[in-house]
Amino acid sequence: MAAKTPSPEVVGKIDHHPPAQNWMDTKPEFKPGNYLYAGKASALETVGLPNPRDWNPTDDDWKLPADWKGTVREGIAQRLERFRSFKLFMDICVRCGACADKCHFFIGTGDPKNMPVLRAELIRSIYRGEFKTAGKILGRLAGGRKLTEEVIKEWFYYFFQCTECRRCSVFCPYGIDTAEITIIAREIINLIGCNIDWIASPVANCFMTGNHLGLKPHTFKENIEYLLDDIEEYVGIKIEPSFNRKGAEILFVTPSGDVFAEPGIFTLMGYLMLFEHIGLDYTWSTYASEGGNFGFFTSHEMMKRLNAKMYAESKRLGVKWILGGECGHMWRVVHQYMNTLNGPPTWLDRPVSPITGTVFENAVSTKMVHITEFTADLIKNNKLKLDPSQNDHYTVTFHDSCNTSRGMGMLEEPRYVINNVCNNFVDMAPQVIRENTFCCGSGSGLNAGEYLEMRLRGGLPRANAVKRVAEDKGVNMLSCVCAIDRAVFPALMDYWVPGTEVCGVSELVANALVMEGQGEREYNLRGEENPSYVPPEEPEGEGEAGEEGEE
Amino acid sequence: MGFLFSVVAVLVLVGIALVGVGGLGLKVLFGVIIPYAAVLTFFAGLVYRVVDWARSPVPFRIPTTCGQEKSLPWIKPNKIDNPCSGGMVLLRMAFEVLTFRSLFRNMKLDYRQGPTIRYSSEKFLWLFAMMFHWAFLVVIIRHARLFTEPIAQWLQTLEHLDGFLEFNLATFGIGLPTIQISGLVLLGGVSLLLVRRIVVPSVRYISLAADWFPLFLITFIALTGILARYVIRIDVVKVKELAMGLATFHPVVPDGISVWFYVHFFLVCVLFAYFPFSKLMHLGGVFLSPTRNMVNNSRAVLHVNPWNYPVKTHDYHEYEDDFREEMVEAGLPVEKTLEEAEAEKAPAAPAPAEAEVTEEKED
Ligand code: SF4
Ligand code: SF4
Repeated sequence: MAAKTPSPEVVGKIDHHPPAQNWMDTKPEFKPGNYLYAGKASALETVGLPNPRDWNPTDDDWKLPADWKGTVREGIAQRLERFRSFKLFMDICVRCGACADKCHFFIGTGDPKNMPVLRAELIRSIYRGEFKTAGKILGRLAGGRKLTEEVIKEWFYYFFQCTECRRCSVFCPYGIDTAEITIIAREIINLIGCNIDWIASPVANCFMTGNHLGLKPHTFKENIEYLLDDIEEYVGIKIEPSFNRKGAEILFVTPSGDVFAEPGIFTLMGYLMLFEHIGLDYTWSTYASEGGNFGFFTSHEMMKRLNAKMYAESKRLGVKWILGGECGHMWRVVHQYMNTLNGPPTWLDRPVSPITGTVFENAVSTKMVHITEFTADLIKNNKLKLDPSQNDHYTVTFHDSCNTSRGMGMLEEPRYVINNVCNNFVDMAPQVIRENTFCCGSGSGLNAGEYLEMRLRGGLPRANAVKRVAEDKGVNMLSCVCAIDRAVFPALMDYWVPGTEVCGVSELVANALVMEGQGEREYNLRGEENPSYVPPEEPEGEGEAGEEGEE
Repeated sequence: MGFLFSVVAVLVLVGIALVGVGGLGLKVLFGVIIPYAAVLTFFAGLVYRVVDWARSPVPFRIPTTCGQEKSLPWIKPNKIDNPCSGGMVLLRMAFEVLTFRSLFRNMKLDYRQGPTIRYSSEKFLWLFAMMFHWAFLVVIIRHARLFTEPIAQWLQTLEHLDGFLEFNLATFGIGLPTIQISGLVLLGGVSLLLVRRIVVPSVRYISLAADWFPLFLITFIALTGILARYVIRIDVVKVKELAMGLATFHPVVPDGISVWFYVHFFLVCVLFAYFPFSKLMHLGGVFLSPTRNMVNNSRAVLHVNPWNYPVKTHDYHEYEDDFREEMVEAGLPVEKTLEEAEAEKAPAAPAPAEAEVTEEKED
């Protein structure tokens, strides 16, 4: 938005050699396109975050609160006590460098401070300089430095240049998770009011309206109703879902990104059609209308405050369990944090699929099931009528979202589903999928317009892997189970791999669904002519009328 | 800076031992007092650090999952990299600690302008680390012969396995000492790690004195050890006397041990004392890393955060209060009708409010 994005040729010229200068002597350069706007005072006020004020990262004076140093020190001390991960990761890194070239931001920028090890050193050096005797006395020789305003600026710059994707942690011999360090570091700078608008505003929106876009209840409902009209037009099926309905069996929660923008809305149409097809007794909630949790990028406390609405709503509506849509960090939070922070939800039942009777044993405590697990189970039990040839014009590859792969381990389910609804599926190279997957480059709240150049840089490794399968295998559809991915991949693909489309897995499922009473599938959910549609040969072949209904 | 400092620091340490024993003859200090102090520091420090870590809370279950989770019964989980039970965690940790599984995964970035990104397998760090750590372990265990009498059978077996040119020794009695592979591998491993740190630009860039110093220290320990064994041929019987004295808490300082032995010994003491305060504590830390040592069953089993506390949320009722009118208009069910809400808000409602209320249709 703000900056003109340089061409791929320019952005692709990257030097990965570190400069001669010691890293403690280099400073970040806040240039348009590579820094994020500051969190707005009003958003901070809404949720009671500290130090609301108008400021800009390019300002000299960041208007930090009077005793900001004390606050930061205290913040670090408290977190050292609360998180073994933090304390341990401050102490045991041997700087072997195994993580160094694994970060997409390092690959895309060549900036050595984007090597995970050095990103962590940004805070480790303060830990040593301010908390450890050797660092206090020997200073830089012991790898320690003092807390200054410069350091805060550097933290802001580099901790919002980490998508918390955990790729580094896979390769570290001790599992040091720089994402965990970043999460805590962001929490610390939030204490002095250093945050970004693209997180702070969604947080405030989520808090007040239930979803990060700030869709009010009626708008939320209306948006979905538009999509129902589209389904009626393209599929010929009239669907009437319920909202805030008490006594439904299942509460469905998906990221609100699916409700309003392409191509997420096609995924949402996919959910609607799937649920209609199996006759699921479920409801949407306008209050718990967001699965994605931007609190996760703010503080553990904020994560808890925002996620609480899902359980609260399940209780109020009296549902049996919760089904969750396709989202990355929503699922990291649901999988790893929700039960601990907001649970246990004693009022809910064990999640059992009402269609297949399968008990989701892996979710018996949180009572939250992932839509892809749910769909995989339906397919396995032959509960869906599918015609995968409807996706024949796509050659599909799958992007493992960082959170569902490295924070959950959901790798096979999406592949199983895709393979059952598409005839042409190819995986990208093994070095860049599953736990080795590359981030979209815009996760953890970094998908702001003003940050586009940095996002394209961070997304380069992912795009490059897609480009290879696009060129070698003819891939033209990048599928994923993450709403952020769906939101940011179109721009990333247009830039690095033009011609590749993006979709959620549920959209592919819906394309292949053969629904009772459906019309001709001449158009796909996107309203485009469906190239895989074969019109029935009524005028010519007389004796073949019987086939019509089958196909 | 860190590099030079560390070389100098190790040389100074060598000098201290040379002067201390060779010049000033402080054998008791270097042979008894410092070793005891170092060992005490080592154990006290190690225990302190590990207990400190172990006692700090692990509020969330955050394993890094490197394979398929246990989900539907017909999907095969990856038991090692995504453990679903305590036993599997043990397996994961065993692979991690004994074979450096994560390092084995290592890949190397190959960036070509264009841009093209490739990754190729990179096993050097893994190989050097395996050489170094395993050889170090064998060397330490081998040294136990100095502290035990009689020497255990398994220890002798280990030495036989470790040694070659053994028949020479057997034939000529106390002739050529057995060449111990472990010592050479240790020296090789540590040198390769050192060279890697110097040669790879990014690794050099991130290296601190705290990274160089232990490498040099261990290099010198290995060198002086090899020197003492093969070149100077220190009097092993006397060294054993000293060691047994220390081990049985009846310290004796026999005469006639080469000063180079004391240099070796002093550097080892420094390593011991330095250990708990340094990154070398990764030895203890690797077992405690929450991303590796936790079971990935966060949705199946409740995990408790010891410092969890209640937070302010925006509950449904506040939400409905904010949007009730729109909700009613959009046909969304509400907990309280507009009238009810209005009545509650203003118990003695002034007249004008009523007009508004009565217009709304009820649900
Ligand atoms: S891989 Fe782990 S130990 Fe090695 S430098 Fe990175 S964080 Fe440190
Ligand atoms: S978590 Fe991801 S973005 Fe952050 S440092 Fe690690 S690899 Fe880079």
